[in-house]
Amino acid sequence: MKTIDVTVPKKGLAVEILGGLTFVMVLLSLWAIFIYVPTERVMGIVQKIFYYHVSLGFNTFLAFFIVFIYSILYLWKRDFYYDIVAHAAAEVGIVLCSLVLITGPIWAKPIWGTWWTWDARLTTTLILWMIYIAYLMLRSAAGSDAQKARYAAVFGIVGFVDVPIVYFSIHWWRTIHPVVIKASGMSLAPEMKQTMFISLAAITLLHIFILTLRVKVGLAKHTLEGLKIKLTAGH
Amino acid sequence: MNFFQKVWLIVWKDLVIELRTKEMLSAMFIFSLLVVIIFNFAFDPGMSYIKDVAPGILWVAITFAGTLGLNRSFINEQENGCLYGLMLAPIDRGAIYLGKFLGNLLFMLLIEIFLFPIFVVFFNLSVLQSLPLLLLIAFLATVGFAAVGTLLAGMAANTKTREILLPILFFPLVVPVIIAAVKSTGRVLNGDPMDQLAGWLQLLAAFDIIFLVVCFLTFEYVIEE
Repeated sequence: MKTIDVTVPKKGLAVEILGGLTFVMVLLSLWAIFIYVPTERVMGIVQKIFYYHVSLGFNTFLAFFIVFIYSILYLWKRDFYYDIVAHAAAEVGIVLCSLVLITGPIWAKPIWGTWWTWDARLTTTLILWMIYIAYLMLRSAAGSDAQKARYAAVFGIVGFVDVPIVYFSIHWWRTIHPVVIKASGMSLAPEMKQTMFISLAAITLLHIFILTLRVKVGLAKHTLEGLKIKLTAGH
Repeated sequence: MNFFQKVWLIVWKDLVIELRTKEMLSAMFIFSLLVVIIFNFAFDPGMSYIKDVAPGILWVAITFAGTLGLNRSFINEQENGCLYGLMLAPIDRGAIYLGKFLGNLLFMLLIEIFLFPIFVVFFNLSVLQSLPLLLLIAFLATVGFAAVGTLLAGMAANTKTREILLPILFFPLVVPVIIAAVKSTGRVLNGDPMDQLAGWLQLLAAFDIIFLVVCFLTFEYVIEE
């Protein structure tokens, strides 16, 4: 096991700026969604949830992609830093994914007339959620820190490779989800497009901000455990 | 001794152990039979839709029974420190994975061979003319199950929660195999057109190849210490 030599992370200026920027962008997106953008003619006010729903969906995928990349990096470099980032991204990803699964049915009930349907994207998102719940359960069940990190990395890789196959299998099985972004460009009014991009930027910033904080907590915890080991070893 | 002889030695070892005790095979078989029987209580056997749900029942039974077997394949190795013995032996980790994979594949296929005739009798199906296709589906799906399951079982056996953890890791990942197996079995049993079947078979084959490679490559990190 690699010995721990991480300096205690300070609350840097960069995080403060990132936090401030996130705050401004989230406020701006709320303004855009509730005041700036016109209400959709057919679906009405419920359509407004779509700006956050899509942004959260994109960021869920981004979070699990980070888990995948940092899992590979961990197995390759064997530096606990990568494991801490992968773990943090998985936790944040589950929160984002849960929000996707909550905002989706709120939209679907008035539009499709049902909370839930076994459509390809819905079902894939649900399976995605289950895969990363399993990821966290594997972490908590594994023994040593090194074993946790290795097992989680293997599962993070295998789980992510599985996602497109799950999607295709369910897609062939059945699908009714609206495809908003087509190859020919987005089928949206200009104000809606702008609101969409503002929301996407806001949620992505929020995601990165929470992830950064969570990584810092992970690093601090890792440092603390290292100090404990040093203490019991009599240094 | 070359790579494949080493793989074969591991398969042979697992086969000899199993054939002497028959613990796992009998448990898997009886368990899968019970699942089929319990489903008969959930769905009235005389109903007209029973042919539509039959493939689902068959594959749920196989998946559950397979999980039992996969769990044993590594928990057995932990008793008396057998896993350390395997790791100390001058054998590549990939050979251990392939050996274990082939053993699990063989046991699951055996269970399917025992279970299928009983399933046909219970659900009053006529399968003789579509038997080769059903065998192909069963083989492709079982390879997928065993490829992913062997890797995950190796991890689950080394954790605190052991056999409880395996289904939680295993089921979400094998969703594509379950869907493809159930759908293609349904198509064959209903005598549906072949063009739809080819897509599912390709999906199963793609899953098998991708996960055999990924699991083979990652297994060396699973039994490292």
